[in-house]
Amino acid sequence: MANKPPTSRIELLQGTLDLIVLQKLRWGPCHGYGLVQLIRAGSNNVLQVETGSLYPALQRLVRQGAISTEWGTSDTGRRVRMYRLTPKGRARLAAERSKWDQLTDAIAGLMRPPEESEA
Amino acid sequence: MSILDWLPWMRERRTRELADELLAHLEMAEADLVARGESPRDAAAHARREFGNVGLVQEISRDHWGGGAMWIERLGQDVRFALRMLRKAPGFTAVAVLTIALGVGATTAIFSVVNATLLHPLPYPHPEQLVRIEDDLLGVGAQDVGMSTPEWWDLERSGVFDYVSPGWFDDNNLTGLSRAQRVGLLIVAPNYFALLGVKPQLGVTFDPADRTGGFNGQAVISDGLWKRVFGSDPKILGRVVQLDSDSYRIVGVMPPGFQAPGRTKEERSTEVWPAFGYAGPPLTTYERRSQHFPGAIARIKSGLTIAQAQTRVDALVRSLRAQYPADYPPQSEWTIRLVPLKDNVVGDTRQSLLFLLGAVALVLLIGCTNIANLLLSRASARGREMAVRQALGGAASRLTRQLLTESVVLSMLGGAAGVAVLLGAKSSLVRLLPASLPRVNDITISWGVLLFAFGISVVAGALFGVAPALQIRRLDVTRVLKQEGRGSTASGEQARTRRVLVVAEFALSLVLMVAAALLVRSFWDLIHSPLGFDPRGVTVIRTRLPYPNDPAEDLYPTAAAEAPFVREVLRRMRALPGVEEAELGSSSSIPLDHPEQDQNVFRVVFEGRGSEQPSFVNGAEVGSEYFHLLRVPLLRGRLLTEFDNDKAPLVVVINDAMARKYWSNEDPLGKRLKVSPLAPSWSTVVGVVADARTESLESARVPVLYMSLYQRSAKHLAIYLRGRVGATIDEQVREQVQSINSALPVFAAATLEHNVAASLDARRFAMEMIAFFALTALLLAGLGIYGVISYMVSERTHEIGVRLALGARQADILRMVLRQGLMLAIVGGAVGLIGAAAVTHTMSSVLYGVSATDPLTFGAVAGTLIVIALVACYIPARRALRIDPMSALRY
Repeated sequence: MANKPPTSRIELLQGTLDLIVLQKLRWGPCHGYGLVQLIRAGSNNVLQVETGSLYPALQRLVRQGAISTEWGTSDTGRRVRMYRLTPKGRARLAAERSKWDQLTDAIAGLMRPPEESEA
Repeated sequence: MSILDWLPWMRERRTRELADELLAHLEMAEADLVARGESPRDAAAHARREFGNVGLVQEISRDHWGGGAMWIERLGQDVRFALRMLRKAPGFTAVAVLTIALGVGATTAIFSVVNATLLHPLPYPHPEQLVRIEDDLLGVGAQDVGMSTPEWWDLERSGVFDYVSPGWFDDNNLTGLSRAQRVGLLIVAPNYFALLGVKPQLGVTFDPADRTGGFNGQAVISDGLWKRVFGSDPKILGRVVQLDSDSYRIVGVMPPGFQAPGRTKEERSTEVWPAFGYAGPPLTTYERRSQHFPGAIARIKSGLTIAQAQTRVDALVRSLRAQYPADYPPQSEWTIRLVPLKDNVVGDTRQSLLFLLGAVALVLLIGCTNIANLLLSRASARGREMAVRQALGGAASRLTRQLLTESVVLSMLGGAAGVAVLLGAKSSLVRLLPASLPRVNDITISWGVLLFAFGISVVAGALFGVAPALQIRRLDVTRVLKQEGRGSTASGEQARTRRVLVVAEFALSLVLMVAAALLVRSFWDLIHSPLGFDPRGVTVIRTRLPYPNDPAEDLYPTAAAEAPFVREVLRRMRALPGVEEAELGSSSSIPLDHPEQDQNVFRVVFEGRGSEQPSFVNGAEVGSEYFHLLRVPLLRGRLLTEFDNDKAPLVVVINDAMARKYWSNEDPLGKRLKVSPLAPSWSTVVGVVADARTESLESARVPVLYMSLYQRSAKHLAIYLRGRVGATIDEQVREQVQSINSALPVFAAATLEHNVAASLDARRFAMEMIAFFALTALLLAGLGIYGVISYMVSERTHEIGVRLALGARQADILRMVLRQGLMLAIVGGAVGLIGAAAVTHTMSSVLYGVSATDPLTFGAVAGTLIVIALVACYIPARRALRIDPMSALRY
């Protein structure tokens, strides 16, 4: 099975999921199931996104105007709802990404072992 | 998002789309799993497991749609669901709705009375500026002793008031019609209507600047009199009417519903207002500061508070006391008090109304407790339903809200039923109110009252709904679902909550029961206390001699002139069939009936004790047979006789209370007093009679002095008849009296026993209401403990079965169940006793012959409550005994 035991998965922080969804939609419209797959595969099965978090997040982003919806067809020909990044979402992604980079740099600096920082 | 999203069908479409989207997700996941080699059946289950709770995901996704529509939609759903659930449990719903209907209906009813009397401002413009002016003599402990014309002028000139208007209530004979009528008359200064700020419906009111000293001949009449006597004659203005043979020209008719802001029912039903300057005939000594009229009302200048006005009046009083030391001796401590006019009208009904409101609120609270208990037992029965709903994706917060909605819907149904009954029965309920209650006409089920009913329904619903709703959060879904069959889901905590509720219920009921028992005991003692006079078989009928403004026109100016009339009436009365004894007295001699309170209080000056400090003593003019007719025994000296007339020296008979109060160590016989500081000659005390409860049923020890009707004339007369008189006695008396003088009204025929009963009306009303509420509370508390114990028994069916199977005796089981109930009752009773002691403390003033913490009453009530609890527990306990061990063990 591709699924790892739940203990090794990391629950996503509120707000982080929004960023990830926007990031994944940069490559083109996608449906909910696709996003789950993309996130799982992209994080090497570490990040498990719960449907109970994803769909509310999608509704929230739609309401905020960061993404728009359209109806399309899946690979199997089923009618599915696709999500697409709007210009507004793109701008937000850029802003949040730079914030994210700063944050991870800062945290990485703090977490670096002491001997390395002395060296 | 657009406004369109708020529309229900738009929301429905979005809901469908969301469901479709989630379904697509599942199908794709399933297809992927099949592609990886799982069997279609495993794949479907796997996909679902992976996905999580579909309903919950839908639900919380929709949370993000935002807007108030969500809230409204949910509320609609919850209300619909609540109604469905209530329909499914008709028994429970009926009990709960009835309980709430009773609680909310009764609370709203009492509130509508409180609203009309206490909360509603008086129906005049800027009512907050209206006060009544009361003069007190603190040094002699006398309140509201009246005001003199010079004092009135001082107040008018003080700059504190827009207007100050003296008023003097009287009743008059309206003559010149087919039959002489008695009408209530308020003799007012010409500024009266300007002060109140009311306009007539016809004609005009008086010119406030009118400076006529005496009567200016103008009168304003009430809408009631205009309709009743003058047939709504549109040409009424300018018509001249005869009142006590004085002529008045009607200048205006007040609008319907206008009431004089008086203290007594009589004054509030004033029908004629003549204008009088209080500085001319018939007042002869109006320039003297010792010549008092009953008092005045005033309008404070706008911008001044009552407290500020009081400060300035106090300063005025100080300077007047310095200026006129002879009129205001320092030891009498003359002061002027400004009382908000509304307080004056409402009087002492405030306390009893607030007390009633408290009592009825307690009943509502007990009702809520009961329903909370019922809901809790339902909640445990519905534990499975709730667990299933949570498992299917019902968020706990959502279920809590839905249960709360169910409670509030239930409460609103009850409230609506209560208000509906109230609206239907309003007129018959108003008739239950004692006649002495002020502002009864103002009682309406207004929007304010309806809002109140709505408010308390919501609060009640939330109150009794909160405990069961919170249970949801503690529900252990897995445990409940794992249980086979319909096993209970009651937690220990829930059982504890229910027991606490029953204890609270018992405590609250006990408080009400104690209050009711104290009132009933007071009432019982009152009606069984010896009256000191014998009302049985005595009928009283009133008449009134005219009191014209011009003394020259008075047919009966002195006692000597009145004596022939009195004798003739007596002669004719004694000839009436069935009459054994007859006597006359002033109306203030009627036991327990003092409509004109002010006229039976005399400022008595005692010989040799200085005249500065008059004492205020109740008094009456009576004929010689008065004491014998009422069976009041003579203790010392002699009674009044027919020979105590205008040619003989003035004499008085006093009661024992007066003798003890004013001559505690002396023999009062032979002592002399004046019944007014202005009286020309002294009266000698010739006799002492036993005390009787003629002034107040609560006390026999009120000092009273009696003067001879043949020495001091009285215009307001009471005719006493003892014997077996017929039902038409008032007609017979009227015929006889009017054949002596056709202008005399004959009215207010009543038996003395009726007077005794009527003087208890307000007390009886309060007692009956509180007793009714207390019994309701007792019933509810009994049902409450019954519910808890029955539930406990059904919970423990299995355990009891085991015990029986292991050889427990029936008596043990019975004792075990009863002990449970008894513990609750005892704890509730103990808490209630403490609460009752705190509450009854405030009742001391309305209690008679029983202390507010009477141990016997407290003990008896607590005992009754415990007996009720035992009976309520016995029924389920019997059921426990009938448990068949075999069938109990099988479950």
